[in-house]
Amino acid sequence: MNAPAAPLLQVRNLRVEFPTRRGTLLAVDDVSFDIAPGEVLGVVGESGAGKSLTGNAIIGLLEPPGRIAAGQVLLEGERIDNLPYERMRRIRGAKIGAIFQDPLTSLNPLYTVGRQIVETIQTHLPLSAQAARERALDLLKQVGIPAAEQRIDHYPHQFSGGMRQRVVIALALCAGPRLIVADEPTTALDVSIQAQIIALLKRLCREHGTAVMLVTHDMGVIAETADRVAVMYAGRIAEIGPVRDVIKSAAHPYTRGLMGSIPSMGVRSARLVQIDGAMPRLTEIPRGCAFNARCTEAGERCFRERPELMAAGATRAACWRHDTGGVGAVRTKEAAHA
Amino acid sequence: MLAFILRRLLQSIAVLLTVGIVAFFLFRYVGDPINAMVGQDTSMEERAELREKLGLNDPAPLQFVRFIGNAAQGKFGLSYRTSEPVGRLIVERLPATLELALCAAIFAMVVGVPMGVYSGLYPRHWISRVMQAVSLIGVSLPTFLIGILLILVFAVMLRLLPSFGRGDTVALGGWTTNFLTVKGLQALILPSITLGLFQLTLIMRLVRSEMLEVMRTDYIKFARARGLSDRAINFGHALKNTLVPVITIAGLQLGAIIAFAIVTETVFAWPGMGQLFIQSVQFADIPVMAAYLLLIAFLFVAINLVVDLLYFAVDPRLRSNVGAGKGAH
Ligand SMILES: Nc1ncnc2c1ncn2[C@@H]1O[C@H](COP(=O)(O)OP(=O)(O)OP(=O)(O)O)[C@@H](O)[C@H]1O
Ligand code: SF4
Ligand SMILES: [Mg+2]
Repeated sequence: MNAPAAPLLQVRNLRVEFPTRRGTLLAVDDVSFDIAPGEVLGVVGESGAGKSLTGNAIIGLLEPPGRIAAGQVLLEGERIDNLPYERMRRIRGAKIGAIFQDPLTSLNPLYTVGRQIVETIQTHLPLSAQAARERALDLLKQVGIPAAEQRIDHYPHQFSGGMRQRVVIALALCAGPRLIVADEPTTALDVSIQAQIIALLKRLCREHGTAVMLVTHDMGVIAETADRVAVMYAGRIAEIGPVRDVIKSAAHPYTRGLMGSIPSMGVRSARLVQIDGAMPRLTEIPRGCAFNARCTEAGERCFRERPELMAAGATRAACWRHDTGGVGAVRTKEAAHA
Repeated sequence: MLAFILRRLLQSIAVLLTVGIVAFFLFRYVGDPINAMVGQDTSMEERAELREKLGLNDPAPLQFVRFIGNAAQGKFGLSYRTSEPVGRLIVERLPATLELALCAAIFAMVVGVPMGVYSGLYPRHWISRVMQAVSLIGVSLPTFLIGILLILVFAVMLRLLPSFGRGDTVALGGWTTNFLTVKGLQALILPSITLGLFQLTLIMRLVRSEMLEVMRTDYIKFARARGLSDRAINFGHALKNTLVPVITIAGLQLGAIIAFAIVTETVFAWPGMGQLFIQSVQFADIPVMAAYLLLIAFLFVAINLVVDLLYFAVDPRLRSNVGAGKGAH
């Protein structure tokens, strides 16, 4: 009340680990960010950067043996990362909805879509079967299912992929959550429908005042949809800031590499560009900056010290270039390996 | 869907005809029916006359048609051993076997499915590990050994349950049942466990592996993300998705139970069809053997048909695929 712009979601120094026989894998390392009510945070990064794990950690569905080893997740100021299973279950679906990559397999094939929506509504809201069905019908109309009165009693296999993802969106929204974690919600869909689904998601979340954590590989989607964007690299946030600034004046060399592929704002389906080299495996993250082996601007300091997020113009970036101390003496890659 | 059922029906008939051919050759060409029917002192002329009268000189296809026609009416001729009509012999024995098989199947399902669900949901729990180990033993021990061990413990040592026979039965029309008397029910316990144990372990392992598989699917993960209760997820969503393969196996196993009742019936002196079959093998009582063969085949086919129909009840994808996608292979 005294702080009106209090964030809806706060992720504080999140660490996700996998204990393995050959030691512990650190898959998400010291990640912190906020999402304000109604805000869309885009999350981008190469495959394996830790985007899905971060999302799963927030909704409390890390698959064992993965676990939150340190840090906190707060929803509306309350910690939710250490809740007992049953209490977290009541938050999932009710306060945090989730949408996954593949709409073809997200729905139980043996039940009608109506039954699955009603079941979710009644899990979280004290509504009669009749009222829940009306709400389900209303949601199906909102997500643009034609002839919803009939379609509500159809089975998932009777819907196309795009229609199924609309049903999944209805399911994620049906109990009125404050936040939706959408992990590549259109990757599995036909390119021609991807834009529609994203536009629908954006419109509904704006109407309902729902915040979104939108994980995607599609910089065009980010440019059009997100308010802010977080760029992840090797389990850490490399840069985070308002979408316009990250796209127009990225402060991190890795982000600049990603953005190099976007000719101009609003051009759709610009995929993440391939930067020379590959992201290091979790077992082989180098000392210093994780990006140092691929960075064209690396200095001697980048191989010694790990940069934390720091102010870098309009965004925050984990790069020594923006520290008063700079990157130190510039050395070639050959010299670094010698 | 109708086309599907029709196709299945035709397949069933084809299977039955094939078994019929085998039964016919057994009946007609293994051993001489005349020899078995008449006494030592019957003259050659009388034998030839009887042969002619029974149509045994007719061309084989004609005989086959007659054999199948009779079989369809339950007429399999006379038993070589008792000279009673085979049909009546079998009908007398049928209730004992069917009741035993039913109890064994129910035992296997009622115990096997929950065990499978539990060990599928909590594969690392020690209880699951114990069940896995026990089920391995269940699969590898031969049926007769299990039966003998049960008799040893519960009949001989503890004197709790009878070790042989059906106990008291009540006749309802032509059907003698074990279900209406305490002694009859007691008599069912050990043979049912013996007969059902193998299927129990089979069903448990099947449900377990299906559960493990289903729990990894996206829709279960999404059901969790929707905040559904564990009960709704485990039983409403996961278990139902394991049902199709479980129905298949359980159905096929019911046929197997009826067929494998032979061993259990022998161990427990259970007066069922299996016992009848063993006796007829000893006496080379071909008509009984042929009839038994046909009946078992018929039961298998009938059960398969029911199983196929159950799919439609469980899985909505089949209901519409058959209607829309027929001819699209
Ligand atoms: N069960 C596991 N055991 C060990 N490592 C894992 C496991 N699950 C994920 N990881 C590792 O964690 C890292 C992050 O995975 P995550 O799924 O979050 O990547 P992502 O950014 O979502 O990638 P993508 O774009 O491919 O979806 C990956 O390097 C992956 O190898
Ligand atoms: S810290 Fe150094 S290596 Fe890392 S991105 Fe900045 S300049 Fe490149
Ligand atoms: Mg992912």
